[in-house]
Amino acid sequence: MSQQGIEAERAGDVAPGLELQGREDTSRGLRSYLIGFVLAAGLTAASFWAIRTHAIYGPGVSVALVTLAIAQMGIHLVFFLHITTGPDNTNNVLALVFGVLIVFLVVFGSLWIMTNLNHNMIPTKMLMDMQR
Amino acid sequence: MSIASSFSPVDPHHIGHNNLALGAEGAATGHGEGGPAPKSVIVPYGFWIFLLSDIVMFSAFFASYQVVAGNAIDAAPRFDLSNLAAETGCLLLSSFLCGIASLCANRRRLFGTEIFLLLTGILGAVFLTLEIREFVGLIQQHQGPADGAYYSAFFALVGCHGLHVTVGLLWLGTMMAQIFAKGFRQDMLRRLTCFSLFWHALDIVWVAIFSLVYLMRFTP
Repeated sequence: MSQQGIEAERAGDVAPGLELQGREDTSRGLRSYLIGFVLAAGLTAASFWAIRTHAIYGPGVSVALVTLAIAQMGIHLVFFLHITTGPDNTNNVLALVFGVLIVFLVVFGSLWIMTNLNHNMIPTKMLMDMQR
Repeated sequence: MSIASSFSPVDPHHIGHNNLALGAEGAATGHGEGGPAPKSVIVPYGFWIFLLSDIVMFSAFFASYQVVAGNAIDAAPRFDLSNLAAETGCLLLSSFLCGIASLCANRRRLFGTEIFLLLTGILGAVFLTLEIREFVGLIQQHQGPADGAYYSAFFALVGCHGLHVTVGLLWLGTMMAQIFAKGFRQDMLRRLTCFSLFWHALDIVWVAIFSLVYLMRFTP
């Protein structure tokens, strides 16, 4: 970090990573975005490939799609949103982990409950026969 | 030196305070040795929490979509894969260019920032146009939001994302005008950081939509 950045930080108006950047910081940032873009584009292409190919066992394609999607979200988080394991990112990571927990509970909880209800319901055909 | 700092001189819990100001002690209790975190850390952090709550809201739409899609008897709509690929490419490239714009802003390059923000916006608008065209096509084939449970869930989820992109485009236009008029003030840079977080997060949601909603319909 530049001396200027440190002084600005002490003045309390600039954060680490947000100070006026030099040429090196910009090229490092650009490289990070480029890596992220190439990886994300590759994973997107892999998702589109997965539904056309016969190389993957049929019922496994959906698993492949979910895996590729999660991988691409990870790429976006690391290279675009700059969520890292660094000490200045602990709060962001904690919030993210909590968010992922809630998302997991909402999605899988709903699917679980609704599947269970579906099993315990009278089949539609029987219901229609009863109404006759 | 206080008692606390004798056994934890620098950042004992790795919370990121006081990485630089070695030995400097904050007078305020509860703010760590470096004093309260600067505004340009707190504002994006607050916005990050908003984004996570937004993603939680999207997860509810996802859950309802998955439940309905698993049980609906409606015929699956015929999605156009090339249209989907174009939409995905636009949004990914737009997200990338938004990052480049924030790099330009960090170097205080007005022209570069505005140009890359403009390209971000144009690609976002192309995405939105393609999506609206697809929606209109579906509605004309009587597969609109009122034509069955599956379509209701589909339009609610994808439409909610499209609505976010629309709001993002409005915000983007405002950002461009504000940066042009007011220059790279600290509050402008904070807003730009929040905007790029928002735009990248929308791309993450789109990743989930294109693979779990669209491509899932093409699995054997």
